[in-house]
Amino acid sequence: MSAPPALVIAGPGTNRDRDVSLALELAGADPTIVLATELAEHDHLLRSAKLLAVAGGFSYGDALGAGRMLALDLVVGFGEQLREFVASGRPVIGICNGFQVLTRAELLPGALGHNSHGRFECRWVVLRAEPSSRCLWTKGIDEPIHCPIAHGEGRYVHPDPELLAEAGQVALRYGSTNPNGSVADIAGVCNAAGNVLGLMPHPENSIVGRQHPHHHHHHDPHDPHDHHDHHDHHDHHNQHHDHHHHDDHLGLRIFRNGVSAAAEM
Amino acid sequence: MAPRHRLTIRSIEPDPRAAAIVTAAQQLGLPIAHPDQVAVADVVFFEGDLDQDALSRFHGFLVDPLLQKGSWNEPTTVGTEITYLPGVTDNAAATLHHAAEQLGIGITGAATGRRVEFGEGVDGTHAAELVDRLVANPVIERWSPGSVEPTFHTAGTSTGTATEVPLAGMSLEELIALGRERALALDAEELVAIQTHFEQLGRAPTDVELETLAQTWSEHCAHKTFRAHLTSDDGEDRPPLLAMLRQCTETIDAPFVKSAFVGNAGIVGFRDDVTLALKAETHNHPSAVEPFGGANTGVGGVIRDVLGIAHKPIAVTDILCFGPPDTPLTEVPEGALHPLRIRDGVIDGVADYGNKIGLPTVAGAILYDPGYTTNPLVFAGCIGSAEGWRQHEGPFPGDRVVVLGGRTGRDGIRGATFSSLTMDATTGEVAGASVQIGDPIVEKLLIDVLVGAEHLYTAITDCGAGGLSSAVGEMAEGVGADVDLDLVPLKYPGLEPWEIWLSEAQERMVVAIDPAMLEELADRCAHYGVELADIGRFTGDRRLTVRSGDTTVLDLSTDFLHDGRPQRRMTAEMPTPRRGDDVGREVPDLRGAVLRLLSHRNIASKASAIHRYDHEILGATAVRPLVGAVHDAPADGVVIAEPTDTAGFAIGIGVNPWWGLHDPEAMAYGAVDEAIRNVVAVGADPDRVALLDNFSWGDPRRASTLGELVAAVEGCCAASMAYRAPFVSGKDSLNNEYTGRDGQRHAVPPTLVITAVAHVPDADRCILPVLTQPGNTLVLLGTTSREFAGSHLDLVLGTPIDLGCVPAPDPDGPTRYRRLHQAMQEGLVRSCHDVSEGGLAVALAEMCIAGRLGAEVIDLPHDQLSTALFSESQSRLIVEVSPSDLERFRLLMHEKVVVLGRVTDDDHLTFPGVEPIPVDDLVDAFQGSTEQSS
Repeated sequence: MSAPPALVIAGPGTNRDRDVSLALELAGADPTIVLATELAEHDHLLRSAKLLAVAGGFSYGDALGAGRMLALDLVVGFGEQLREFVASGRPVIGICNGFQVLTRAELLPGALGHNSHGRFECRWVVLRAEPSSRCLWTKGIDEPIHCPIAHGEGRYVHPDPELLAEAGQVALRYGSTNPNGSVADIAGVCNAAGNVLGLMPHPENSIVGRQHPHHHHHHDPHDPHDHHDHHDHHDHHNQHHDHHHHDDHLGLRIFRNGVSAAAEM
Repeated sequence: MAPRHRLTIRSIEPDPRAAAIVTAAQQLGLPIAHPDQVAVADVVFFEGDLDQDALSRFHGFLVDPLLQKGSWNEPTTVGTEITYLPGVTDNAAATLHHAAEQLGIGITGAATGRRVEFGEGVDGTHAAELVDRLVANPVIERWSPGSVEPTFHTAGTSTGTATEVPLAGMSLEELIALGRERALALDAEELVAIQTHFEQLGRAPTDVELETLAQTWSEHCAHKTFRAHLTSDDGEDRPPLLAMLRQCTETIDAPFVKSAFVGNAGIVGFRDDVTLALKAETHNHPSAVEPFGGANTGVGGVIRDVLGIAHKPIAVTDILCFGPPDTPLTEVPEGALHPLRIRDGVIDGVADYGNKIGLPTVAGAILYDPGYTTNPLVFAGCIGSAEGWRQHEGPFPGDRVVVLGGRTGRDGIRGATFSSLTMDATTGEVAGASVQIGDPIVEKLLIDVLVGAEHLYTAITDCGAGGLSSAVGEMAEGVGADVDLDLVPLKYPGLEPWEIWLSEAQERMVVAIDPAMLEELADRCAHYGVELADIGRFTGDRRLTVRSGDTTVLDLSTDFLHDGRPQRRMTAEMPTPRRGDDVGREVPDLRGAVLRLLSHRNIASKASAIHRYDHEILGATAVRPLVGAVHDAPADGVVIAEPTDTAGFAIGIGVNPWWGLHDPEAMAYGAVDEAIRNVVAVGADPDRVALLDNFSWGDPRRASTLGELVAAVEGCCAASMAYRAPFVSGKDSLNNEYTGRDGQRHAVPPTLVITAVAHVPDADRCILPVLTQPGNTLVLLGTTSREFAGSHLDLVLGTPIDLGCVPAPDPDGPTRYRRLHQAMQEGLVRSCHDVSEGGLAVALAEMCIAGRLGAEVIDLPHDQLSTALFSESQSRLIVEVSPSDLERFRLLMHEKVVVLGRVTDDDHLTFPGVEPIPVDDLVDAFQGSTEQSS
């Protein structure tokens, strides 16, 4: 199976494009970083891609609200092709600022407001995939995913989170502490078809074992993320000596799902 | 004039900015009657003929109905409205213009601002004070009750010429008066040299020439104190300080040093053809008058330093020194900002730039002392990497002078001379033009353009202090350049030639480029949307010529510009610190002292600041600033390694101004030792360590202050030689003094920050200061003596009359660190922590907190309990080894080690003769003062 071609969209101020690109590469894709302006000029680029990622960062410095300007660039520049791409079922992921962009572009439900504590925050969190979700990116992930967050506007807002869950569109929830006041601990949502995922945390910074904060702990009697979270405590309790046990929790699994779905396109 | 429209946007959820104002008001003792009534809103201004459809489309774009409410032209009776001063860059306004374009709506102007409303119980006077103290800053903003009219267009006309400044026949007094009046920050001898030079030329200098010389010869750019001829009060002649540091590096002659003390940053190569560029800078004065902008552009500047030596920036460091946040308002000298506001603004500024440009802010420290109340210190560092780096050898005659990045405005004029003067109560008012506003997005695009374009240019440098005058001036040294200021892209019209030439507008780089290569660079710039301007050529006539159209405004020989400055001659009054006395401390309540030390704000958790910084981006952070079972304990060194690489590098910091107050030489040695100890503790190779020095000192023209500086440099050299760790770059920020309206001088404590960067052979096997396994043995390396001068124990319990002395250098340190590294290589070390502020007790407590495990100490390193627990003797580390490895470890260390005791699972820290302390109490004490930053 040849590596499916993937596009990583960047705008002015996007800064995790290379991180996402490496994650897609390790997951078996053949990624290229492109500027939104390039996509607007050359529509063959989007047509020939099998997977699309909108990378995180501070497009336009978050001026006028996170993701707004870049979303407008996308919609005005190549909104039609983008809708076709989504309709074709090909996998799309928007991370952090990319999530904010996809909600503003109305490809995903809800919106992202300032963190309830009002500050930018960077820390590792635990994510749980919703078993009932239709999302192809989180399919079959039954272990908690560990990865960092790094955002100031990550509070997910939706008028009816229960309805969203029933529709299978809640893909990820914060497994331990909810870091930003998101409604119903929602960390990631997908579209009705399940091929478009948006999430605030950064699975692209959790793709090799060494990135895990507990990689260097030789013996660790504690849960890596939240000592109040006994479920996690249990997850790790018997695996102290094995450095590779973190791999079950790597964000890379999300990208593997997306890439294998792309490969079947 | 086209009609104006204002859209007021309010958050549906309470706006956190309002809560921040209330908190800050309470902290400063300006409480607000009804905190729940405080409201903040954003205001967006448009100029143009906009119909209903246009207005509703703007509304649809700018207001998210799930998050916000927006209303056009709502009444502005209540509240205060704030917008930028004319000429201050409004980054959001540029985005508004772009949005209008995308929406197909024609506008003639756009601007942004914000509103603050205090509700009932806050009268006009109180509101004015709150806005003044907490919300707005006159250095960059203007405001008024009700509403403000933004400045859509900054108009203005320029004479396009330079004014002559006659110096001929001026007496020394008149020259000095002129220098003060124009804030040239030049010595009398230097003014005379300039006068003589132009007398020989038979003409008067222009204001452009005079200002250019002032910038180039400023302490900030020329480091004239570090290059000065020194005589100490004992009559002894001494080499210049810079020469002393260079001499060490040359003597050590380490193979990994590729470039030291030249260009924008030091360069080391620990392996194959990968090199690292290392640089740390200060941005103290700007941060004092505009904390956010000052720190923000400090980070931006040091990143450009690394970019300016053809390396890709990959990590940022920050060391911050503030006055106590609980300083009563009445004790803050008039004209200065409160330490709390400075701290929160600086931390916001560092976070904003690093997070937005996309670099991990990984290593740092935050120190508090009354000496920093009016003169905060902001040290910002950057590390870059490159493969197959080679020194660019241009510029060559015929190369073009090309400016990349941001446009030039009136911001940041005279920054170099400003930072070379001591500040007084009017500084905040007059320094407005010295403060820049950063735009990290533009600098991110500059990185995208320049990384991978190294083959296109023959020389590169950043536009920092002195702006184009020093960037082009430095590049032209020995070559000569001819530039036309009319070709420099401006933010707005009306800048005089000297303003364009000296502006420190941010995010600009200058490259020398062969005309044949220009098109390829221009294409790269167009691709990323970066502005490029070809403003002239390098000539080969060794003259710097600057024109404004047809008018020549500057014409100087580059030799005079760079070598015409008379060497400063300075006398140093050497300090006479106490040495060798053996004075201990009486500590009645040992248990209480442990907890008080842990909760001292210098030692207590910095988590609330650290979590504001993105330390994960780029995926290369292998050891983070916070470690442990629940990520809340301090790391010694941090480690950076590409996700797909085995090797990496560690960064360690050493700083201790309180030692400096008593013994600057021992302090400097200790700072180097601590920085190296930090990288060794995490697993770095002690034989591949490079050092950066950053001095922040008072006015060196005071002989005693200079003497302390000389002693500190001697300490640096001694430690550098002992550890065979070369200095590769450094920066001195002198004149860190403030004279209040009361006429009192406030100087900072002698503050030296040492940054150690060291090779980590295997980033998969780093060692953390985290206790791992109950039953393991705890060992103390190094000698513990009664050395308490400048200790944190004294900061907590008060200073006795008989101080004793500062911890002395330990000649066994270098061997110890090498053997410890070997033990780590052999897998004998389970965890390791350096012993510094607060001594053994604090270090061990931090390891317990990190591992959420207990420790039982049975044997002590000194027969006096208080000394064993709290002495800060140098070159000591605590090591955890498994009992089965202990003998092998002892054998390998081949020196006396103290077996302290063992790791326990009983969740207590136990010292002989001290009531056991529950680990939970340690955690509470350590986190006690974390919730400081709003």
